[in-house]
Amino acid sequence: MKPAKFDLEKSTDLGEAISALGQADGFAKIVAGGQSLVPMMNLRLAQPDSLVDIRALHDLKRISLDNGQLYVGALTTHAMIEDGLVPDATQGMMQRVARQIAYRAVRNRGTIGGSVAHADPAADWPTALLALGAVAVIQGANAERTMPLGDFQIGAFTVALEPDEVILGFSIPELSADARWGYYKVCRKPGEFADSIGALVIDPARSFARLVLGATDGAPLLLPPSAADKIASSGADGFDIAAARAVIAEAGATFEEYETQIHGAALSRAVQGAFAA
Amino acid sequence: MTQITITINGERISAEVEPRTSLADFLRDDQRLTGTHLGCEHGVCGACTVMVDGVPQRSCIAFAATCDGSEIRTIEDFDDDDVMGDLRDAFTAHHGLQCGYCTPGMLATARDIVTRLPDADEKRIRLELSGNLCRCTGYVGIVNAIKAVLAKRKG
Ligand SMILES: Cc1cc2nc3c(=O)[nH]c(=O)nc-3n(C[C@H](O)[C@H](O)[C@H](O)COP(=O)(O)OP(=O)(O)OC[C@H]3O[C@@H](n4cnc5c(N)ncnc54)[C@H](O)[C@@H]3O)c2cc1C
Ligand code: FES
Ligand code: FES
Repeated sequence: MKPAKFDLEKSTDLGEAISALGQADGFAKIVAGGQSLVPMMNLRLAQPDSLVDIRALHDLKRISLDNGQLYVGALTTHAMIEDGLVPDATQGMMQRVARQIAYRAVRNRGTIGGSVAHADPAADWPTALLALGAVAVIQGANAERTMPLGDFQIGAFTVALEPDEVILGFSIPELSADARWGYYKVCRKPGEFADSIGALVIDPARSFARLVLGATDGAPLLLPPSAADKIASSGADGFDIAAARAVIAEAGATFEEYETQIHGAALSRAVQGAFAA
Repeated sequence: MTQITITINGERISAEVEPRTSLADFLRDDQRLTGTHLGCEHGVCGACTVMVDGVPQRSCIAFAATCDGSEIRTIEDFDDDDVMGDLRDAFTAHHGLQCGYCTPGMLATARDIVTRLPDADEKRIRLELSGNLCRCTGYVGIVNAIKAVLAKRKG
């Protein structure tokens, strides 16, 4: 239960962190909160040769809300979002999601950037941010680029990030006044990773509707737009577990029977939740 | 080795640490502060919970070297703390511990509940305690102890 040896570089400057990642001998990794990486290192599931500590980088701590776009720096902790230190541009959705992640002691150190970069299929932010239509802002050696999460999240524990790239933060569209959201996480015990996650965001004023299934065996699954559009136009009535299972089938996803049932339940409860008073 | 400056229980110290030394091992083995306990070493059980810069965090999944510049408070530093005094009395009165292995982490979380969530009801207390495992006493006494302290502090 102790990690293998590694070198540690503590960076105070973004450019310095990127060149440290680019020039490292062997396998180098960023460490932010360490709340996913360190458990894996303790279990020796991860054995990086070197770590670049980015916790002191101010460029990754910016939080703003301008022109209908919320920007959340990668180093923002789950607890900061839970406590409302990030302006509420999502009608409480991000706060609700944050509150259900792990335990307070983990939320006090774990970051939103680390959660998305780690891309654990059972984690919360990858699904929630995809449903919200978030875009990742990424800094590489030569340039900054942006990528919608739907393209960025490729598979289980895999994102479209080069070894010397750093996630700076996420740009998230502000929800309009008449928008609705639902989020339902199935887990056996509070704070655990999910067995399934259903997420729905509908924002008619922006013609935006997304239904996402998380905690599958790959990246979060954006379900066919027709399903979300239908819910947006005619509400949650009839969107029971059977209807949700039909949408999963339409998306071409196949799971074990038990998994299909809990995925159907998570989606149906997320949708019902979005329309509950 | 990495050079760090860290404040532990009010005392600022400089030390050389191996990057892979966890904060928990640094506290226990180097600083001889064995009140911090280790159970799972992957963030799940809560036994190792200490205060880092004023808030509870897991000391098993943070490296001492990445806590450079932080202020750490372990259970040894709470002898004169009002809330912790109340919690100690309540844990005794309500049978909140048996072997005591989980207790340092339970008290760290309990203090966080009492100070951050003064209106917490039993359901909320249980939710907040979900990241601290007790293998022998069970949770009824622990929850009752925290309820009693919340009630007392409300006056
Ligand atoms: C007991 C326990 C329970 C948990 N339960 C849940 C849960 O229910 N739901 C949930 O969603 N999560 C859960 N987590 C994970 C937690 O949310 C982590 O905080 C989070 O996944 C990782 O954030 P971090 O800052 O700690 O990242 P780290 O562990 O530091 O890094 C994780 C990965 O991301 C990379 N990385 C970090 N920051 C960046 C960046 N800015 N740019 C590029 N790459 C980066 C690292 O190189 C590493 O590969 C749990 C963790 C624990 C210990
Ligand atoms: S030892 Fe740290 S959480 Fe279990
Ligand atoms: S008192 Fe023994 S584990 Fe909790």
